[in-house]
Amino acid sequence: MDALLALWDGAFGSSYAFWSATLVRATPLLFVGLAVAVAFRANVLNIGAEGQLVVGAMLASVVALGGAGAPRLLVVPAMMVAGAAGGAVWAGIAAWLRRRFGVLEVISTILLNFVALALLSWAVRGPLQEPTGVYPQSSPFPPSSHWPFLLTGQRLHLGFALGVGLALLAWFLLARSAAGFRLRLVGAGARAARSAGGVAAERTITRVFLLSGACAGLAGASEVGGVTWALYEGLSPGYGYTAIAVALLARLDPRWVIVSAVFFGALDAGAAAMQRDAGVPSVVGQVIVATVVLLVLASGAARDRLPGGRRVPAGERG
Amino acid sequence: MSAAEALVLRDVRRSFGPTVALDGATCRVRRGTVHALLGENGAGKTTLMNIAFGLVRPDAGDVLVDGAPLHPRSSADAIAAGIGMVHQHFKLVRAFTAAENVALGGHGRFDARAVAERMRRIAGETGLSVDPEARAGDLPVGAQQRLEIVKALAHDARVLILDEPTAVLAPAEGDDLLGWLRRFRDAGGTVVLITHKLREALAVADDLTVLRRGRTVLESARASVDEGAIVRAIAGDDSRDDSRDDSRDEVRHEVRGRAPSTSLAPPAKRSRTAVPTGPAVLALADVGYVDDRGVERLRGATLAVAAGETLGVLGVEGAGQRELLRILAGRLEPTTGTVRRPPRVGFIPEDRLHDALIPELPLHENLALADAGHLRGLIDWGAVVQRTAALIGRFDVRASAPTATADTLSGGNQQKFVVARERAVAVDALVAENPTRGLDLRAAALVRAGISGRDADAEPARAPAVVFYSTDIDEVLAVADRVVVCFSGEVREIPRPADPNDRTPYARAMVGAA
Repeated sequence: MDALLALWDGAFGSSYAFWSATLVRATPLLFVGLAVAVAFRANVLNIGAEGQLVVGAMLASVVALGGAGAPRLLVVPAMMVAGAAGGAVWAGIAAWLRRRFGVLEVISTILLNFVALALLSWAVRGPLQEPTGVYPQSSPFPPSSHWPFLLTGQRLHLGFALGVGLALLAWFLLARSAAGFRLRLVGAGARAARSAGGVAAERTITRVFLLSGACAGLAGASEVGGVTWALYEGLSPGYGYTAIAVALLARLDPRWVIVSAVFFGALDAGAAAMQRDAGVPSVVGQVIVATVVLLVLASGAARDRLPGGRRVPAGERG
Repeated sequence: MSAAEALVLRDVRRSFGPTVALDGATCRVRRGTVHALLGENGAGKTTLMNIAFGLVRPDAGDVLVDGAPLHPRSSADAIAAGIGMVHQHFKLVRAFTAAENVALGGHGRFDARAVAERMRRIAGETGLSVDPEARAGDLPVGAQQRLEIVKALAHDARVLILDEPTAVLAPAEGDDLLGWLRRFRDAGGTVVLITHKLREALAVADDLTVLRRGRTVLESARASVDEGAIVRAIAGDDSRDDSRDDSRDEVRHEVRGRAPSTSLAPPAKRSRTAVPTGPAVLALADVGYVDDRGVERLRGATLAVAAGETLGVLGVEGAGQRELLRILAGRLEPTTGTVRRPPRVGFIPEDRLHDALIPELPLHENLALADAGHLRGLIDWGAVVQRTAALIGRFDVRASAPTATADTLSGGNQQKFVVARERAVAVDALVAENPTRGLDLRAAALVRAGISGRDADAEPARAPAVVFYSTDIDEVLAVADRVVVCFSGEVREIPRPADPNDRTPYARAMVGAA
């Protein structure tokens, strides 16, 4: 009971807990959850949000460290662009592998995660290491690269607002735009989309990879610019994997990704508090997360929105 | 008990739901012969052999191998009894090597070298050589087929069943295969050759069995029948056919009779002279198509269809009609030759649940699907729902709402919806591929009426140019002004005979009889 109270307090017990713990932890989940949701809607099984996040964080860090002296109004947007570009490039590799060689993205994206983590490990011991060369991390970012806080006295930063805006935009485009409709068609029935609709399915799929990767890359930029103000290993405690749970819980609906990300952020913040105050290991939080996801999946609520049968990989099309 | 017969299927019956696939089929295959099994699409040839191979269980009837009854519960039992089958669509594991495919289904340890050795020995004895190391999926079609045969022989098959083996092969490869079958027979093997192609059957068979609508209608030694008798057996002769298959006859009557009492029947066919001779809406000139495996599917196809005219297309499976229809519909670009067609051609593909509709999406999104390739900006879904409502009203599509998902509709209503949509997006031309497959009579009639576009008040000039393919000869003859037949990639127009109910010339052309 104490543990559950501590969990609740850690997530919602105070304005600090909510604005500075829960929502701050929800922010990266919002971006990566959105990345996974959009990809899954097109039946693109991008499970490489982790790697895309890391590459986005690295490129954003390069901009942040190089932008000392430049105005914040320039550096922060440039970090966003760099983060999105980094994630898009990383996902673009998987898109190219699939289109050119028929490599399943489930395999390529997860392997690219390890490559990205290795790259990060190298970067913080090499080109991006702090000048003393002692710690495997970058120098602290100059203030011009710190993303603005949204509320005085709270750690909630611009990234959260950006994520919410992006989620609402994604929802609107999926529901109303021709491009969003094509994306949904390719996810629901690529053969019919091609045959009956003349949809260039392969091109749509490539774009989805890039968009999804860009979204995950923004998560990395938002973490280094809004929270850590430095680049180091262990930047992401597996946000890219939690993202899949976030997206599934939201039934792949971008609007619900906002809610779902906040829920997971609260569990994360609460679990940390529970460990601190009640001595209950934070893995209990993870158990709760896993239980919730399993229940949601089993309820079938998500099932009808999940990608159906796999398409035939490009190489085997008859 | 006669051990002279390697495989006997006696009075076999089998239904799939309401569909009677086999209704007293018998086939006696003598040892050391090539036995051709002939019949139209859907006559039950493949089902009968699937029963022999243990893939389908009969409702009634016997299977005897070497005179002894066999009740195969799976293909493993049939293989153990010495039966091998090469399916029309190969059953190879594409990612496995040839040797691994051959070893598949065996027991104990997989010894790649032993299998390769066995394959080499078979190659030495039979001339069928396949690289044991090659990945099955990388092999050309002809080699995949050789591999299938080697696989059967490696399991000591004495009776080889081949389902339409030449359909996937280039003509020269097909001749090689037939030559090999002869040699296999001469060495004591037994072959059952399922085929649509009369020429093949006549060229290699010692005996033949003809199935029609699930029943054996002819069993004979090759030497004691002539081509005409075989064609008559395949196509059936309505006047002498005491068919028990009432539903098909009903279609025939309903379509041909054009009962004036019902609006379901297609409008009365105009006399031949009234066929519009206006400018061609769809036209092919010397069109050829080579598929991505390098097999020539279509050659020298030349035809034209005018507005208001219906061109019927016939052909056995794999004869080139699939490619012909897709080229006409703009879904496939020809390898050679020129095509004239309007910017949008309506297309009703055979597999509506995969190629025409997305079953889990609502109808209005399935309507917008037809334009999805070139929609820009934002979509006004309210307007789309209204258009859907109007369309389903006009074409009498029974749906609970324009926003109901497509999978809540019956098959007939799904197809009516597809017809309505394609007519709406492409007013000049429509290509239909087996559009009434699986539909009941009433739904089929409505679909045909929708496709013809000859509404009572429509002038022929406003009606679309229609290309109509069906596996049912009678249906094609009933709706078409002119008919072309595909055989082995060639497209030939067959003039309507004096008796409009005479299907013989078409049946002959479909099996390649002169």
